Amino acid sequence: MQTQGLEGGFSDLAIDASHAFRAIMTAMARPGKIGNLSGARPPAPLSVAAGIVLLTLCDPETPLFLASSHDTTQVRDWITFHTGAPFAVAKGAMFAVGAWDDLPLPAFSRGTAEYPDRSATLIVEVPVLSNAGATLRGPGIKDQTQLFLPEAEFFDDNAQHFPRGIDVIFTSGDHLAALPRTTRVS
Amino acid sequence: MNVMTEPDTARKGWLGLLAKSPAAEVARLWAGLNVDPVYTLLRAPEIGGVMVRGRAGAVGAAFNLGEMTVTRASVKLSDGTVGHGYVQGRGKDHALQAALVDALMQTGSAEAIESGLLEQLRLAMTQRKTDRAAKAATTKVDFFTLVRGED
Repeated sequence: MQTQGLEGGFSDLAIDASHAFRAIMTAMARPGKIGNLSGARPPAPLSVAAGIVLLTLCDPETPLFLASSHDTTQVRDWITFHTGAPFAVAKGAMFAVGAWDDLPLPAFSRGTAEYPDRSATLIVEVPVLSNAGATLRGPGIKDQTQLFLPEAEFFDDNAQHFPRGIDVIFTSGDHLAALPRTTRVS
Repeated sequence: MNVMTEPDTARKGWLGLLAKSPAAEVARLWAGLNVDPVYTLLRAPEIGGVMVRGRAGAVGAAFNLGEMTVTRASVKLSDGTVGHGYVQGRGKDHALQAALVDALMQTGSAEAIESGLLEQLRLAMTQRKTDRAAKAATTKVDFFTLVRGED
């Protein structure tokens, strides 16, 4: 088996994964705050931050949806080797990764009223992350903050369904920012 | 399930052998080989558990037999060959050596490894099996009925 591109996982699994988890948790707790991730080198087109989020959060029990922009053999092999996450269609996926325009948004699970945690988490690759654009308000944000979003209407609608809803992590290079379902976008 | 191809069958054979052989024996033979390949770690040796499943008499539905400790490692040689090692127990060196053997078996050094390491392990494994069978055989009881002289 001549497989290229299985490298680039965490070099010190326990330590690196803990740091990454802490960074992701901080991003979720402070919507709109742009954080840093480092420690892994995923194959293109996965960005460093998206790859690390997958390494940290995915395991054999979390079906993953790959958008067409990210559905390459290399990416599949890398994710399978390092996380063991099965690949799924959008409807049954717990995680999804890809560019905003390639993600079939209505198909993802928002969870149920009894189990709102059974919703999908989207890892959206954006060209650039900047604190300029839509205004965010809600838990974890003092007064208000700004974040560049690919589209505002979706998030406005998403927040209306609370406690059901989709959580989004934006990644670009080694940066990440999160937009959980509790955040109100205007 | 896809049908296993010929190289997969061979690979399955040596991986199984490495997994079941005692760590000390693999380490001794590995040292004796005197090979020092240049490699990078794809997955550093890590210890975990697997559920062993089986079918009674190889028929019927698989049931969970029990959990066992395994150690796994993956390496990549400088020429790009990838090797995986899964071994029983908590032996990080054992797993690493198994991964290196798996990688080297796919390269030009396969013959040296086969004769210097795998062949010896196979012999030792057969020996252990025969010893065990012989030990068990001494406890065997043959039941028989003498012909009753009734007619």
